[in-house]
Amino acid sequence: MKKPIQRDLFPGALEMMILRILKRQPMHGYALVQHIKRTSQDLLQIEEGSLYPALQRLLKAEFVKAEWGVSSTNRRVRIYKLSAAGAKHLEREVSSFERMLEGITRVLAPEES
Amino acid sequence: MNWLKQLFLRRRLYDDLDEEIAFHLEERIEELVAGGMSLKEATAAARREFGNVESIRETAREAWGWRWLEDFSGDLRFGLRMLRKNPGFTVISVLTLAFGIGANAAVFSVVNSVLLKPLNYPKAGELVALHQTAPGAEGLAEFENGLLLSPSMYFTYSEHNRTFQSLGVWITGTANVTGLAEPEQVRTVAVSDGVFETLGVPPAVGRWLSQADQVPNGPQSVMLSYGYWQRRFGGDRAVIGRNIIVDSLPREIVGVMPKGFRFVDSDFDLTAPLAFDRDKLILAGFGFHGIGRLKPRATIAEANADLARMLPIWMDSWSNGPGSNPHIYETWRITPMIRPLKQELIGNVGELLWVVMVTIGVVMLIACANVTNLLLVRVEVRQQELAVRAALGAGWTRIVRTLLVESAMLGLIGGVVGVGLAYSGVHFLVAIGPSNLPRLNEIAIDARTLGFTFVLSVLSGLLFGLIPALKYAGPRGRSALQSAGRTVSASLERHRARNLLVVGQVAMALVLLMSAGLMIRTFGALRKVDPGFTDPQHLQVMRISIPDSLIAEPERVTRIQNEILDKLSAIQGVKSVGFASAMPMEGVDSDWDEIFAQDKVYSGDLIAPLRLYKNISPGFLQAAGTRLVAGREMTWDEVYALRPVVMVSENLARELWGTPSAAVGKHLREFSNMPWHEVVGVIQDVPEKGLQEKAPEIVYWAPLVQNRFAPTARTATFVIRSGRAGTESFLNEVRAAVWSVNSELPLASVRTMQEVYDKSVARTSFTLVMLGIAGGMALVLGTIGIYGVMSYTVSQRKREIGIRLALGAQGGDVLQMVLRQGTKLALVGVAIGIGAALGLTRLMANLLYGVTAHDPLTFVAVAALLILVALLACYIPARRATLVDPMVALRYE
Repeated sequence: MKKPIQRDLFPGALEMMILRILKRQPMHGYALVQHIKRTSQDLLQIEEGSLYPALQRLLKAEFVKAEWGVSSTNRRVRIYKLSAAGAKHLEREVSSFERMLEGITRVLAPEES
Repeated sequence: MNWLKQLFLRRRLYDDLDEEIAFHLEERIEELVAGGMSLKEATAAARREFGNVESIRETAREAWGWRWLEDFSGDLRFGLRMLRKNPGFTVISVLTLAFGIGANAAVFSVVNSVLLKPLNYPKAGELVALHQTAPGAEGLAEFENGLLLSPSMYFTYSEHNRTFQSLGVWITGTANVTGLAEPEQVRTVAVSDGVFETLGVPPAVGRWLSQADQVPNGPQSVMLSYGYWQRRFGGDRAVIGRNIIVDSLPREIVGVMPKGFRFVDSDFDLTAPLAFDRDKLILAGFGFHGIGRLKPRATIAEANADLARMLPIWMDSWSNGPGSNPHIYETWRITPMIRPLKQELIGNVGELLWVVMVTIGVVMLIACANVTNLLLVRVEVRQQELAVRAALGAGWTRIVRTLLVESAMLGLIGGVVGVGLAYSGVHFLVAIGPSNLPRLNEIAIDARTLGFTFVLSVLSGLLFGLIPALKYAGPRGRSALQSAGRTVSASLERHRARNLLVVGQVAMALVLLMSAGLMIRTFGALRKVDPGFTDPQHLQVMRISIPDSLIAEPERVTRIQNEILDKLSAIQGVKSVGFASAMPMEGVDSDWDEIFAQDKVYSGDLIAPLRLYKNISPGFLQAAGTRLVAGREMTWDEVYALRPVVMVSENLARELWGTPSAAVGKHLREFSNMPWHEVVGVIQDVPEKGLQEKAPEIVYWAPLVQNRFAPTARTATFVIRSGRAGTESFLNEVRAAVWSVNSELPLASVRTMQEVYDKSVARTSFTLVMLGIAGGMALVLGTIGIYGVMSYTVSQRKREIGIRLALGAQGGDVLQMVLRQGTKLALVGVAIGIGAALGLTRLMANLLYGVTAHDPLTFVAVAALLILVALLACYIPARRATLVDPMVALRYE
């Protein structure tokens, strides 16, 4: 079993991931957590609860919309959807993240001699 | 708007969040249980993975940014609960504050309406009064208005100025309107061209008086005031173009001015053109008020320089007739002293109002001190609660905020009740305010007053809340947890704040009582001044004017006046009658004359000092009750024979000839070509301009004199001495008597001399009432303050007193001990108060009469009163202290 790395995410990372996932399909909070855990193969250690403040922030910024629906277990649950503004925001965030990543990668790469 | 919607929906948002979190946990638990865990293990695991639910919920809520609001509304709810829980404390504090705030709001609304608000004219900041002084003209210092403008001055200024958009002159007067109903005397304002343009208020109906109306002997036009239009014509717009008979001449109505419009400070019924005949004007005739509108960037200094530049032009352009030297006015040293119109209008009332405002403000401070004291006691009781909160992790700033929100709320509730009180307060102020208070009709509670009240409420709430809050919730307050539960004897430090407050209250109360005391002394001194008439309640006065359009010939005028006197004296119950061109303190503009004494030398161009003059009828002195100091009165025979006789006031007699008796038989005259008049009598000095003013030197002419300008007093105040004065039946008979002589003569300003007298001391009595109210409030609040502190101290020291009594102290010792403590505080307060009063009462020196601002009698009396009251306030708690049962007190341990 891989040992999870104990490291905080940088600010905005969680939101970015949420938006990315929601872009593919609308989802409720619990499913989001499970999805992140599964796809990151437990490499990212996030406190499950911390998802909810992030979702509230996204709601306030109107990057996501929420609707009450019914879960697969047949319970009332809030389902989040990406809004148009959210999609645009995601694009910006991803491209700036990629630039940052590239920058970091270049610095970290062994010097060419 | 979105955030507002969210704000109202936040309860639902929070519920949604809670439901979501619950769903998450349950879902996870189900999953884990399905994976083979026991329910208990699964629950624990799910919670562990989720994290701290409470803290996450908090963070999630914070995403919406309402944390401060949550806390604040929590504080509000808590504060309200605390106030509800202590109804006694709440009611007393709210009432104390409400009275303080209400009084302040009421006085502020007056200050705001009278002093702060701009005048009711467009761009009122550009308006100025063309005030000027003439230090070289003796006697002129007594003109209330400095040197007014002459018509020729107006033409010069109007045609040659560089700093005014427009300017004009105006004068108030009266006129008789006949043909509408009963003959009526109305108030008039006669205006030159430029006055309407300057004031800039468009007419409500019709048009302004125009330049065409100003042509001498041109169209006879007139404008109405809104009030007169409503009263006499029922607001009929078809009135334009109609004629009314003014002073026996028809005049065409061309317009109506809007409601509330006044000429500076003058209410009026009719306004007519002055229509100066330019060709006949001379230099003199300084009887007109000048107003102007400055050019947008012109300053008052520039305008003054502009007027000064034009004075030589004026002297070169006109003369006082052949042979006269137009440059004699250089010796008058005429100096333009232009004032903003607002300042001219407010006059010396500003000072009075600010004194009242400051006084009421001090009352507010005393009220705040009382509430602070109550809060201190309460916070002390709550110390343990506060300590527990602090121990549970509330930061001290948070606790201070809780306390401040509570006290600010108290202030606001007091403010709301106070505004209610202020509404009735304003009615009261307007009712008792001096009727000559400028802008009285504009006084109202407006948005600015409400804003002031709001700020005052919150600030006072913070002020009296801050002291207890910092004292007990501050960083040091934490030790309270250990000590508060025990019945420790009060430490000195715990009392220092309260003692300071009491000292402050006593000091402030002393200052206020001192100013009230000085006003009482002033009023007393005024009552002692001989007004120049006796028994004013039984002195009926009224003004009758006989225009020359009705009766042209001067002697006929006097004969009619004489006839009216005869008819009046025939009325049942009339003891004596007479008339004069004006009664003292009536507020009628005075007439001034150059007076030459025969045995004095007046060098060359020098103009003799100006003297106030009046015309009085034979019998006037007896009717009015004015004393004859030497000589005799004139007789009717002398009047009709135009015998050159005259009377003078005692001070003029002394100035010219040394003694009153020496004056009898001497001669004086007005102008160089007038006959010499023999002084036959000397009359007591009369404070013509009001009791506070120095009695002017006066020349008393007969009602009919050889004078080509004013051969007779066409407008005169008739005085009737009768026990029936002021009654309706009497006035009906008086009217009938006057109209039996001539039915076109209206009676104006019908009143008793008592009313005239009261009106002239209105300013002083208003100040007296206001400072009296403030002083009374201060005394009551201060007494409550001392009483409260001493009671509380005694209740805190019960144990200590019990021990003392158990150890053998007598009741008397305890009584003395408490009294001594209270007296000490009062004495310190009195000492500080006297120091402050010495400095502060000087500010009201102008309101005082016959007493200095440092009147020792007032100081001693007020200090004694305060100490006495303080002793009384201490006595009750001190008595209670002696009744402490040592056993009961000690059993508390």
